[in-house]
Amino acid sequence: MPRIVVDVMPKPEILDPQGKAIVGALPRLGFTAFSSVRQGKRFELMVDGEVTEEILAQARDAAETLLSNPVIEDVVNVEVVEA
Amino acid sequence: MTELPLIGEAIADAPAARGLAGARIGVITFPGTLDDRDAARAVRLAGATPVALWHADTTLGDVDAIVIPGGFSYGDYLRAGAIARFAPLMAKVIDAANSDAKLPVLGICNGFQILTESHLLPGSMIKNDHLKFMCRDQILRVENTSTDWTGDYQPGQEITIPLKNQDGQYIADEKTLDALEAEGRVVFRYVGFNPNGSRRDIAGISNAAGNVVGLMPHPEHAVEAGFGPESLDGIGGSDTEGLGFFTSVLNKIVGDTK
Repeated sequence: MPRIVVDVMPKPEILDPQGKAIVGALPRLGFTAFSSVRQGKRFELMVDGEVTEEILAQARDAAETLLSNPVIEDVVNVEVVEA
Repeated sequence: MTELPLIGEAIADAPAARGLAGARIGVITFPGTLDDRDAARAVRLAGATPVALWHADTTLGDVDAIVIPGGFSYGDYLRAGAIARFAPLMAKVIDAANSDAKLPVLGICNGFQILTESHLLPGSMIKNDHLKFMCRDQILRVENTSTDWTGDYQPGQEITIPLKNQDGQYIADEKTLDALEAEGRVVFRYVGFNPNGSRRDIAGISNAAGNVVGLMPHPEHAVEAGFGPESLDGIGGSDTEGLGFFTSVLNKIVGDTK
């Protein structure tokens, strides 16, 4: 079953409090190579049958209207992944 | 004032529809809403009639104003307020708020988050900068007394009401913040302590017309002597400094119908 993957990230100019907490925890485990972390969201939309252009357009629309809030987040990727 | 029973009766047994009590103020309940009973009780204590509205309703039931109370609608899944924003009743609320009649709408805490997700108010809320849930009594300064929900306060008046949230950090881009300040739409600011990292200490804002107001702290929890901030840690104020929200809108409604 094909999936449409949508990735949403906090806007670059917005401080990501969750990412900040994670970057604080990493060195405690010995992971010292990472200077910052940003946490986003990945959505997987399952499609029964073929992903047409129309369905992909719907996914993009859903990504902008419901899956992300354009005030604080960017949709950084919408792609089809075959099962 | 007639004594209200503590639980259960705030919505039942509406008084006769005359005078102030004839004003009907809707309180919306979503799955996961917590503070609808307190909001209804605050409406009743102010002298109006609370009307229970359900998120799946398709009409506003002829109310004169709307309160969207706090809680965790839909478990805060996706983003706080994001799923509630698309509930059937919210389409009616958005239309009524933007109509010529400019229905007064107050969003408290999760209600504020729902109003920003609905684009009735600009900006958004993200997780508190310190990442913790915070519950405390909070001093606010009332910066705009010309909105439908703040007419009974004095300009610059400081009030103390409870605050309790996890996603309370108000953010917007600098242009939006500058516009809000220039237009006097920053209605409440945190005083003494910014509890969540909100830009410019903003606790609450309004739309351009002043009929839609949203804030993170909870006026509906500070409406009754013995049950408000004064009886806790005594940082100032009295127990009932949230009641003015509800009397303000009542005076606005009654004033409009004179």
